[in-house]
Amino acid sequence: MAQALNRLKESASQTAGPYVHIGLTPNFCDIKGVYPADLGATMVNEKTKGERITIRARVLDGTGTPLKDALIEIWQADADGLYNSPSEMRGTADPHFAGWGRKATDMDTGECVFETIKPGRVPFKNGRKMAPHISFWIVARGINIGLQTRMYFPEEEAANAEDPVLARIEHKVRVPTLIAQRAADGAYVFDIHLQGEKETVFFDI
Amino acid sequence: MSADPFSNRKPETGAFFQRDRLWHPPAFTPDYKTSVLRSPQKALLSLDNTLSEITGPVFGHNMLGELDNDLIHNFAKPGESAIGPRIIVYGRVLDERGKGVPGALLEFWQANAGGRYRHKKEGYLAALDPNFGGCGRTITNEEGNYAFRTIQPGPYPWPNGVNDWRPAHIHFSVFGHGFAQRLITQMYFEGDPMIWQCPIVKTIPDRAAVESLIAALDREATIPMDARAYKFDIVLRGRRSSLFENRLEGN
Ligand SMILES: [Fe+3]
Repeated sequence: MAQALNRLKESASQTAGPYVHIGLTPNFCDIKGVYPADLGATMVNEKTKGERITIRARVLDGTGTPLKDALIEIWQADADGLYNSPSEMRGTADPHFAGWGRKATDMDTGECVFETIKPGRVPFKNGRKMAPHISFWIVARGINIGLQTRMYFPEEEAANAEDPVLARIEHKVRVPTLIAQRAADGAYVFDIHLQGEKETVFFDI
Repeated sequence: MSADPFSNRKPETGAFFQRDRLWHPPAFTPDYKTSVLRSPQKALLSLDNTLSEITGPVFGHNMLGELDNDLIHNFAKPGESAIGPRIIVYGRVLDERGKGVPGALLEFWQANAGGRYRHKKEGYLAALDPNFGGCGRTITNEEGNYAFRTIQPGPYPWPNGVNDWRPAHIHFSVFGHGFAQRLITQMYFEGDPMIWQCPIVKTIPDRAAVESLIAALDREATIPMDARAYKFDIVLRGRRSSLFENRLEGN
């Protein structure tokens, strides 16, 4: 016998279910008047520094059908690569950019749109820079524990090639699952595949 | 950084403990049918946290409205209130080290007393309560404590097996200090025999993990002639101390 470490166990995850909107985006599902606006709905204002970008994201099931009841949250650094967080010790992030957004996928199309800025580069643990990326967290009915992944940028070929996280992906054919595509209108399109040949790389992080 | 490393009031920058994936439900749980086509099949890529996961947004108490933590009244017409057994849900958000988590954003949603959600895709024949919206939120205090008022939700049937029912439950979304701590779970009620019959509960492999999601009836915290109380503590991932940071040579 030895002394007890007295650690607790993390509360077990349970699916967000089909009505996650009621709790996290009530205005989106027509529950009006409780909160003035849905949290995370607006990420930038006119004072936010950085290049404006649009991300159109979808989550697709094993048949390729977009989920119409998913909820996505994103978290990213500001234009200078600083996070607006107390745990950010390298400097002070843009006060006009929280870096966090939340959207429900459209109940008809399965698409959700984030209006944000392109993040700067953030260092990895060893000080080398990661390529610009946005962290994604996906929940929905049928997803028992929130899925974590990242979106990288297609025009950042050199930075992506030296990104220490992308470098950890053993099967290089899967790297493109984390890289958005550029639509004709300039928006980034990011399809998250839950299963199949194009299954997105999800992280245990 | 010159901050006192022994104070838990200073920002913490350590990576979070590895998630125990055998304690959480696996992705593929065929008795919960929707998971079959929505479960990743390839191995997750395991990585120690980077700054992108160690950090997270802050939610200030100033964003909260006066009735955000009162589901009995936050959707009700003035002078009216939601129908159903009045309850208080209270507890503490801790991390795996047993430390209270201050400033954690809790968002909760639930069916009404008849088991009906206010959602256009919900078709259960139980009646809507015109005075019940079903959402609320709060932020933990310095010690990690929280409380809200609501009505006890009803159980409801759902299309999975031909006769599956959800036990009464409240959905919880928890936002701690780092994006890696993000968690959604559900709270169940002590003594409900339907907990152990539910395919969604049964996605959790470990009985003790289920028991830690069952709120205890607390007669000492009830308000006489008003509301019963249930205690529900929530545990988020702990984080490593950054006292002795791992310095990689040659970088
Ligand atoms: Fe539910």
